[in-house]
Amino acid sequence: MSEEQGTTMSSEPILSVRNLVKRFGGLTAVNDVSLDIYPGEVVGLVGDNGAGKSTLIKCVSGVYHPDGGHIFFEGKEVRFSVPIEAREAGIETIYQDLALAGNLDVSANIFLGREMKNRYLGGAIRTLDEKQMLSESSGILDRLGIHIPQMRKEIEKLSGGQRQAVAIARAIYWNARMMIMDEPTNNLGVPEQRKVMELIKTLKSQGVPVIFISHTLPDVFAATDRIVIMHRGRKVAEMPSSSTNTTEVVEYMVGAREQGVEGAAA
Amino acid sequence: MAEPETQAPATDPRLERRKRIVLGVSRAWAWVFLLSLIVFFTISVYARTDGDVFFLNLRNIQSILNTIVPVLLLGLGQTFVIISGGIDLSVGWVMGLSSVVSAKSTLLLVDAGIGAYPAIFIGFGIALAAASSVGLISGIIIAKLRVPSFIVTLGMAFVARGAALMISNGRTIGGLPQELRELGNESLLYWQHGEGGGPSFLVKPDLAGEALRSMDRLFSWPVVVTAITVAIAVFLLHKTQFGRHTFAIGGNREASVRAGVPADRQTIMIFTLSAFSAGLAGILYTARFTGGSSIAGEPLLLNSIAAVIIGGVSMYGGRGNVMGTVIGALIIAILVTGLIMLQVDPFLQFIIIGVVVIMAVLIDQARDLVAGRAESQ
Repeated sequence: MSEEQGTTMSSEPILSVRNLVKRFGGLTAVNDVSLDIYPGEVVGLVGDNGAGKSTLIKCVSGVYHPDGGHIFFEGKEVRFSVPIEAREAGIETIYQDLALAGNLDVSANIFLGREMKNRYLGGAIRTLDEKQMLSESSGILDRLGIHIPQMRKEIEKLSGGQRQAVAIARAIYWNARMMIMDEPTNNLGVPEQRKVMELIKTLKSQGVPVIFISHTLPDVFAATDRIVIMHRGRKVAEMPSSSTNTTEVVEYMVGAREQGVEGAAA
Repeated sequence: MAEPETQAPATDPRLERRKRIVLGVSRAWAWVFLLSLIVFFTISVYARTDGDVFFLNLRNIQSILNTIVPVLLLGLGQTFVIISGGIDLSVGWVMGLSSVVSAKSTLLLVDAGIGAYPAIFIGFGIALAAASSVGLISGIIIAKLRVPSFIVTLGMAFVARGAALMISNGRTIGGLPQELRELGNESLLYWQHGEGGGPSFLVKPDLAGEALRSMDRLFSWPVVVTAITVAIAVFLLHKTQFGRHTFAIGGNREASVRAGVPADRQTIMIFTLSAFSAGLAGILYTARFTGGSSIAGEPLLLNSIAAVIIGGVSMYGGRGNVMGTVIGALIIAILVTGLIMLQVDPFLQFIIIGVVVIMAVLIDQARDLVAGRAESQ
């Protein structure tokens, strides 16, 4: 199965992480991890608390600076010094805590840090182009089939699912080439979880690969093509979702098993 | 594709209506309170003087506006700072520093043989630069070294205080050119009473003695400068990216950084702006009283914070507006003027301001509770 995938996937990985290391003082949070992500695939990244998933992801998205190893994105080696550089390269991250400003409305959040502006006096005076930002926001939400009736409301007054949708819409609007989702279904009701899963499928169908980090194994199995398991900073297993099961994944997660050779299914 | 997002389950319409009422009251209460104050003082002043004195006469309006100028200027900078999630305790002494620096520089320049107007305006410039640099330093320490703004601005308040006292030797700096007095006290509009009286725009009527004393000046230059500053602040906070980012870092700094908001730079600019507007208060003080005083702003710090809170700026950051602060400053100024006119114990003002501040926050919290936002703070 994994060989078959290797041939059907386009030959070049969109993201290639090589021997990544990240230390915090004496603790090695990410230890020599390599990982490839191909266009249009959904990869589940799982592991117990403290396994190093979030740290790995934060290295890729420019929040942390790795202490060793290389990251290649779309064939070129990248070193992001700030998260905005990763976003500009096309790596969008949807964090556990959503990274939205709860006191701002939908379009202010979608355009946060990249506001559209009206220019006056040759650009000497620039005001926010609220109208344009609002209409662009409605457009992208429509495209993703998301309906938010109160666009001008502060985002903290919306439901968890609506906020999640805004975060995803923001990423898509900014032309994400790859999407990282950290626990996207946490704190959501069941119908809203389902909606997020649908959004992941939409992204996949549009060729945008997704790295899906979750504790909720049924969601991981439902959404992903491949599962990567981390334990204590190391990648302990990587296998197609269809050729494994919950028991096996949990064994890897708690460190009861380990693949001898990376990439080869057990 | 995904179904339309479902909204919270429909609630009892009576509850909804009560909710709307609470929200409406909480939004407009400051205006209502301001109007009630005006009505109250108008009636009681009228009654007390047997119909002789109208509370909002030109002279009183002028006095209220002059009282507002420094409180409002300190409050404007403070509005940005508090919305961004910080606090600036240095504005009072920065105002004093600015006042003595402008007075001292003007004095030295005049002594060096430079004309009065250039000396005055260069003095203003030096004072604004000195004030702004205090804010710049605070901002850098807060943003880059991650020291809470409460501590940094408390420290910088002492630094500014020491510098101001050293420059002025602890005394008021006088002997300033007459032109400065005019800048601080002449106005946009004059109102001459008695025979042939009436308004006079920009041109000061040629009067002497009693006629000059009874003439009203409306919109003195400091008031005009403050009004323009308010307009700029409204524009900056509510219409520009600078304002949007001020709200964003106050709402969720971490999220803003991840979204690409240059949060450190924003913090530094906000504290510089706050010190600049305190500096503006300082030079206007020097102009109005034709003297530099290091303690000019010391009693105003708490008034300015009170004005901001009464105006509905959340101390948790992320919420507020400039006009709220203007109303907050108006409420305080009218309270002070009204109590003086009623000849009640003027110290009563402090008790009332204190009660109003706490009331403002209580109303705010009631709103948060009703809007179901209390837990998210």
